[in-house]
Amino acid sequence: MGPAPAGSGMYKRVSPIRVLNRGARRGLELINENRARNLIQSVIEYTGGRADGVEVTIDGSDVATSRFANNEMTQNQAPSCDRLSIRLLSGRRQIRMSSDVINRSGIRELVDSALAAVSFVAPDDEIEPLAEPESSGDTGSRFDRKVSLMSAVDRAGAIEKIIDQARGADLNASGVVASGSLTHAIGNSRGLFAFHRETHAECSVTVTAEDSSGWAKMVSPHADRVDTEALGRTALAKASLSARPREIEPGSYTAILEPAAVLDLLGFLLWDFAGTSHLDRRSCLLGQVGEKVFGENVSIFDDVYHGEQSGAPFDGEGLRRMRVPIVEQGVLKGLVYGRKSARRAGTSATGHGLPVPSNMGDYPMNLVMEGGSHSLEEMIRSTDRGILLSRVWYVRDVDPARKILTGMTRDGTFWVDNGELAGGIKNLRFNVSLKELLNNVIMLGTSARAAGEETFPAVVPALKVDGFRFTETTRF
Amino acid sequence: MDPIVSYALDSALACGAEYADVRFVRQQYEQIETKSLAVSGLNKGFSRGLGIRVLCQGGWGFASTQSLSRQAVALAAREAVCLARASASLMKQPVTLVDEPKYQAVWVSPHLIDPFTVSMEEKLGILLGAAETMLSVDGVSLAQGRMSFVREEKDFVSSEGSRITQTFIRSGCAIEAYATNADERQRRTYPKHFGQHELAGFEMVLAWDLPGHARTIAEEAVALLDAPQCPSGRRDVILGASQVGLQIHESCGHPGELDRALGQEINFAGASFLTPDKLNVLRYGSEKVNLVADATAAGALGSFGFDDEGVAAQKVFLVKEGTFVGYLSSRDTARLVGLSRSGGSMRAESWNRVPIIRMTNISIEAGDAGSLEDLIADTEDAILMETNKSWSIDSMRYNFQFSTEIAWEVKNGRRVRMFKNPSYSGITPEFWNSCDAVCGVEDWVNWGEPNCGKGQPMQMMWTGHGASPCRFRDVQTGIAHSGA
Repeated sequence: MGPAPAGSGMYKRVSPIRVLNRGARRGLELINENRARNLIQSVIEYTGGRADGVEVTIDGSDVATSRFANNEMTQNQAPSCDRLSIRLLSGRRQIRMSSDVINRSGIRELVDSALAAVSFVAPDDEIEPLAEPESSGDTGSRFDRKVSLMSAVDRAGAIEKIIDQARGADLNASGVVASGSLTHAIGNSRGLFAFHRETHAECSVTVTAEDSSGWAKMVSPHADRVDTEALGRTALAKASLSARPREIEPGSYTAILEPAAVLDLLGFLLWDFAGTSHLDRRSCLLGQVGEKVFGENVSIFDDVYHGEQSGAPFDGEGLRRMRVPIVEQGVLKGLVYGRKSARRAGTSATGHGLPVPSNMGDYPMNLVMEGGSHSLEEMIRSTDRGILLSRVWYVRDVDPARKILTGMTRDGTFWVDNGELAGGIKNLRFNVSLKELLNNVIMLGTSARAAGEETFPAVVPALKVDGFRFTETTRF
Repeated sequence: MDPIVSYALDSALACGAEYADVRFVRQQYEQIETKSLAVSGLNKGFSRGLGIRVLCQGGWGFASTQSLSRQAVALAAREAVCLARASASLMKQPVTLVDEPKYQAVWVSPHLIDPFTVSMEEKLGILLGAAETMLSVDGVSLAQGRMSFVREEKDFVSSEGSRITQTFIRSGCAIEAYATNADERQRRTYPKHFGQHELAGFEMVLAWDLPGHARTIAEEAVALLDAPQCPSGRRDVILGASQVGLQIHESCGHPGELDRALGQEINFAGASFLTPDKLNVLRYGSEKVNLVADATAAGALGSFGFDDEGVAAQKVFLVKEGTFVGYLSSRDTARLVGLSRSGGSMRAESWNRVPIIRMTNISIEAGDAGSLEDLIADTEDAILMETNKSWSIDSMRYNFQFSTEIAWEVKNGRRVRMFKNPSYSGITPEFWNSCDAVCGVEDWVNWGEPNCGKGQPMQMMWTGHGASPCRFRDVQTGIAHSGA
């Protein structure tokens, strides 16, 4: 069968449905700031003087996901959940308990259970008192009404356009379109309170051809940053351009990494920038604060306030997140800390603590890597012989000391020859030291928000690097 | 069964669903973590809610609610139907299901000691006792321990007449020893990476005897700092039982999922080289290789009485004497490839997630090579690799690379020296065709993997892998470090 024109009616017509707008779909309001404040206060009041302190966290999501594959819808799901979590302190003991039974009896059961259990916990001399109130940082609005109001019909409409593009080229489209909102609130018995709500729009598309594939993805709080049709076009173009892939001998090559590939590699370095990973003597950068660890063209920040970022401006204990310069011109300038690791390290917390208690302690969640001025086209034009990676897949830490990562290329791997894209190549396995890679950066693109599958979306550039070590090839 | 479950089903049908099933799930959990000699985490919690899945005009829809009021349940049912209709607008053919008998059943997972009745003092005594032993070994920089317990009660009803209640008790435990110097970060874990997890009670924690193994892993972590690097080249390899379990998980379990083989998961988890045209044809492994999906195995983490679309637990062959013969399937995907019955593999992480095809217990049947020590004695020249450290495989499940925490060179039937940073790699069918020995029941263990990720949004799942040590001929080793 040849390609069907867009909107040709290949799909059966179904009865019209009434569109439920998202806020009304349960007949219940999502937890807003006032309700969060009241819920937190009711936990604190019910706990009363029976504990030395209580911290309350509320996390909610009503993100709905429509999935498609082989040019048709496969799943359509609207999971929705708010979750209440309390941390109760009693002397040198603490316990965290969570529940999604958020009503008066549920709260009473949660607090009573925590009070009953905390006395059985072994005492810990390193417990921090609850955080004191402080003013929150300002990220600007990350709530887009257009995203919050997207219905299943809207998502189906976006998917139909992606499928039409693929069918028009006699190819197959698969992917997801998701929309909804996320809520995060924290408060404690010392008077701290912080609230954050943002919307979540997501689209990822894989287009498959007989012997090739292409992929594109974006996640953002803002509807206008997730152009579903453009993502479909990108995935389709990559699938078409990488058709009839040839096999390349594994070896060390110049590599051009698109932002999604950069992101999913850099994600494996994040905890190495955390204070706890140094205190536990597990970081690959142990004892190197103040030293030059990467090339001079590498600068990395953690910055939740960056316009292309998402997330709340406070951490797991409610502390204001600070913008932290981590690497400046290749020098490891500083680490991120929660309150406990900061005290142990004799420094100040930066607002990067994970919810307490936590073995990992702290984590930079809002990576921003400074970019350069080179376009992807310039990187290709300046390359005699190399490989362009659209994305990487199943990346894992093989050697935490040398920071050797392994993984595969996927969905658009191209041979670059004499300054031009010279067709698709079969996918390759790589084993690269991230420490070496960041010392071998030749060119940087402009920094922009990117989404992958291994870590949080972040702001990163495309990179051209020398000496990217491919060790094996696969069969497709 | 709570009347709200039947109310949810009736509501979905009243909204126009042609098929509906409802799961009412209650989960209680406890997670304990220790770091050196302190409790670094104690998390307890409850989760309760109701998930409604419907077929309407041939499309799937799923909605859930944590509020159990009639109003909230009715709205969730209506939303599921709305979603299904939106799905139906983009279907080439309506979804149809293969038949399954209807069941009225109650099922409880086997356990001796309810972990929620065991005192915190006893649990911490085990973890902190093990930590004390690990930290007494010179050179250990960090000792960690972990236990986790889950009780899950699940009611399932369907519009076809099934009414099923199941209770699951899951327990897990782990200890870890770390050693660090200027050049190395080494770690040894016991019973394996991420610990051992079983569909069992606290008796499994006692049986694995964490304190009794603490000194050995601590000494090995320190010894690895000065061990020679695992060589790069082609060698015979013996894999320890838990590593065979993970090898099965990645290179047989995932590619054996029929939704992947049909391209339905290609956007994230990937597809499979085990396409339907290869069924009963492909020589997946040597004749020593028999791989089963067994949801009936007592105590194994991936076992159940019924899956999350009401299909009774089964044991089916995926690979028989080396030939690829079966899939993990669901009622709708079974129909697409002409199977008469689902293999019973549909599970959801929680009440607010839609069931998808998941591994049950994907296991290699015990062979005739005796114990691990028998196999070593029978081996002239090989590398023995134990306990997974990292895992990676391509999106069609052909090319893989695994590294393990520790390895030993085997020469003339004996372990002769330790290697650090071992790794091996290969192509799935070539690798399994090079398997020439599978150890017997003496060293066969049903390992539990508690964190298998799949789906969008991502769902974690409990899976099991029965495995004994195996030997593979002429395998690529050490390539991860060959240029380092």
